[in-house]
Amino acid sequence: MSQPQNNENQSAQAVDEHRRNFIGTSAALATLTIAPGVMVYGLAQSKPADEPVSNKVRWGMLIDSSKCADGCTDCVTACFTENGISLPSTPPKETDSQWIRKVELKDMRTSRTQSLPVMCQHCEEPPCVDVCPTGASFKRADGIVLVDRHICIGCRYCMMACPYKARSFVHETLTDQNPDVPRGKGCVESCTMCVQRVDQGLNPACADACTKAGHQAILFGDLNDPNSEIAKRIASKATVQLRADLALNPGIRYEGF
Amino acid sequence: MWKWTVGIIAVLCLSIAYAASSSAPSVGPKIVIDKTRSGDHCVEDTAFMRKNHMKLLLHQRDETMHKGIRTTKYSLKNCISCHASTKDNRVIGDDEHFCQGCHTYAAVTLDCWECHANKARPAPAAIATTLPAPAERVEGEKK
Ligand code: SF4
Ligand code: SF4
Repeated sequence: MSQPQNNENQSAQAVDEHRRNFIGTSAALATLTIAPGVMVYGLAQSKPADEPVSNKVRWGMLIDSSKCADGCTDCVTACFTENGISLPSTPPKETDSQWIRKVELKDMRTSRTQSLPVMCQHCEEPPCVDVCPTGASFKRADGIVLVDRHICIGCRYCMMACPYKARSFVHETLTDQNPDVPRGKGCVESCTMCVQRVDQGLNPACADACTKAGHQAILFGDLNDPNSEIAKRIASKATVQLRADLALNPGIRYEGF
Repeated sequence: MWKWTVGIIAVLCLSIAYAASSSAPSVGPKIVIDKTRSGDHCVEDTAFMRKNHMKLLLHQRDETMHKGIRTTKYSLKNCISCHASTKDNRVIGDDEHFCQGCHTYAAVTLDCWECHANKARPAPAAIATTLPAPAERVEGEKK
């Protein structure tokens, strides 16, 4: 019984050293490039580039619809800019990709309206992954649900399976993609929780844009870490998952309904 | 009969002379590598890269996609940052471009750029740090 514990301690120590070394080097680099405040924040969540993501972490977001402003679409714009998606055409085409959309809710009795962004809910039990015939639709160890476009055959079964209508199909040839976000015709895509940013220790673009706009309606963090702000808020306040009856345990939660 | 023989010999001599004069540039892809941009060495030996670059890319692709491993040494972005044309920053366009030149010559379809950006970003000045340190580098072919 004591043996495994010892091993665990040792490996924890090794990881710790690894992390310290990494933080040491990257701190030196970071001070050259970015402001000190930003640096400390960025380092808090980043992992070394050669370390695989782990299931100790589960990334999630908490969206407070009472803070989400009517008519504001900063999160949508930030998402599209970050991921190299062209902004919705005017008039909108049915084939435009939508990774995130603003939804307006209206209580017909009281006329109270509220708005909230909806994107891929990064389900713990994702139906899109269940139905995918090729294994292209998958969930990373840290809970982020992605499409591996190298394997996707464009059958769109996952689009049918997703209860949140979160996925889009790319119908047209694309050029000048963001180097960190490869996208192309013939594949299905959806919100990646800005995986290219999260792996660097940054927040998803929508969360940062919302904070920058002064609304602070989107909180990103590790649901598994009891000390993270998101875990604390979820533990102390009433929050809901969309279509909780489906028992998919989405990583995106909402409050303020 | 001897006239025919002389004629045939004459034609043979001429064609050999022609072949000798034009042999140098007639084979191989015509890609242009600007060493001011790429430096002298690739991340591995040139002969190894010619044969195995697709294996390195395939391996890195799965590591990055599924495990979130984002080391730069064998990343497609790192390839582009050195091998993009100094004219338009791209690796495809015409047969002088690094990827397209070879793949056209070898008649191998190039699918990467249907989804991946074929243009280097950021500009060359900012990419020097992504090259391996001199001690790690393997001696590549000198042109
Ligand atoms: S919200 Fe839809 S696309 Fe996202 S993980 Fe769930 S089923 Fe898949
Ligand atoms: S469209 Fe692609 S990701 Fe979706 S089910 Fe088909 S193969 Fe899988």
